[in-house]
Amino acid sequence: MSAELVLRLRNVHKVFGDTAVLSGIDLDVNHGDVVALIGASGSGKSTLLRCVNLLEQLDDGQMWLSGEDISDPGINQDQVRSRIGVVFQAFNLFPHLSVLNNITLASTTLWKKPIKEAQEHAMSLLERVGLAEKARDYPDRLSGGQQQRVALVRAIATNPDLLLLDEITSALDPELVGEVLDLVRTLKEDGTTIVMATHEMAFARDIADRVVFLDGGVIYESGTATEIFENPQLPRTKEFLKRFRSR
Amino acid sequence: MNTPDDARRPSAIELGRRAFRRKQSRKSVAVSFLSTVVFATVLWFGVVSTPGWARVQQSFFNPDVLVQAWPRVFEGLLLNLRVLLFAAVGVLIVALLLATLRTLQGPVFFPLRVVATAYTDLFRGMPLIIVLYIVGFGIPGLGALPRMPLEFWGTIALILTYSAYVSEVFRAGIESVHPSQRLAARSLGLSYGTTLRKIVMPQAIRKVTPALMNDFIAMQKDVGLISVLGAVDAVRAAQIETAQAFNFTPYVLAGLLFVLLALPMIRLTDWYTARLREREQMGSLV
Repeated sequence: MSAELVLRLRNVHKVFGDTAVLSGIDLDVNHGDVVALIGASGSGKSTLLRCVNLLEQLDDGQMWLSGEDISDPGINQDQVRSRIGVVFQAFNLFPHLSVLNNITLASTTLWKKPIKEAQEHAMSLLERVGLAEKARDYPDRLSGGQQQRVALVRAIATNPDLLLLDEITSALDPELVGEVLDLVRTLKEDGTTIVMATHEMAFARDIADRVVFLDGGVIYESGTATEIFENPQLPRTKEFLKRFRSR
Repeated sequence: MNTPDDARRPSAIELGRRAFRRKQSRKSVAVSFLSTVVFATVLWFGVVSTPGWARVQQSFFNPDVLVQAWPRVFEGLLLNLRVLLFAAVGVLIVALLLATLRTLQGPVFFPLRVVATAYTDLFRGMPLIIVLYIVGFGIPGLGALPRMPLEFWGTIALILTYSAYVSEVFRAGIESVHPSQRLAARSLGLSYGTTLRKIVMPQAIRKVTPALMNDFIAMQKDVGLISVLGAVDAVRAAQIETAQAFNFTPYVLAGLLFVLLALPMIRLTDWYTARLREREQMGSLV
């Protein structure tokens, strides 16, 4: 296995009751790659991300993170999750902690970083995203876009191997979407490995190294952004993208 | 839209994982079983080997006395149950009223807020047994009211004390509902009262149900305190039987009956909170 490979999925299955949500997903994500998962609602994008973060137990298949089999039931799940940053659609900031403490929580409690060092790191990140003056505020005081940028900073503050973004702009208005996506673009330039589920087709086309179209629980079609958006090969992909273009 | 799982054969890796998980769960069941047995054995022999065990067994766990005391103690428990039922309903009503009064906004309601606050301060601070004496012997002593049975005054005293506690639980629940919920409801055009009744209260009550049930269980035991007024409830009956038999077994019996009384409620609480979590919260717990 190449050292560059951050995430490898083989034959991933997930069943909820009688519904097979994922029916055999194979995916390789290299270091520095940005992979966009697209597909209709309910196509399994979020479920796939939740499986990778071990929030759902697989029903079959295997997953490796930086070469380690993370689908092994004997693995230390917390340790794996601490190496993966996640940003959710609904921000999920801790309302009882200030912005700064939201960001430093994992570094100080999990990685035992000195508080001062963690705060300095957090402040430098906040400065980069233009939120330094909000460091002492509580999440409820922030706009949606600001909250989501804080959530992104929280996710990358521990330098995770992999960043999972689950429709992070779906709860934001178009004006705020821009500021969040700009931040994601900066993260890509930093060489962050990202797997994101998204409905922002323009953004996916712009930023993704690879676009994966999920349908019926499998990877129906995948390729470079240009391949998928300019010249989709398969009928369902064409239909899905046509509906998006006509909006 | 998808093929069901049973149409597909799991891979060898998945079968291995399932076997591993089964083994792990068997292992933890075995460990918990073993530790329970060891703990129970140590406890049992620890108690039995004490020098006074034979005497204690004779005077606290005597089957003959138990059988003899059963009818009276059980009848007493039925009285406890009746008191509990009325007290619980009364506490819910008074506590909801108090909590609503304390959360009312606007200067007009200042006197009401003060009264409600003073009430909760007073009755949370006052020991229940003193409230029982004052209500049970003081109010009938006024001679202004028709003669009521002792358990009636006991019920009133319980309601007075417990509604002060429970109203604080309700208030905590009301205040824990996120302000955005009120905003959403008011923006639909609902009035303050309707918002409280239809939006805030249902969420508040769900959040505090475990705490409420806990208070209910606490009250279930404190119902036994009405015996200080002379009402022949389970505790009083046990006292009478104890005096007749020169043996403490009736107390143990009454205690066990109270535990049995509490068990269904405890299990019901667990079931109810689990159901709420399933229905209203997405995803698994990690």
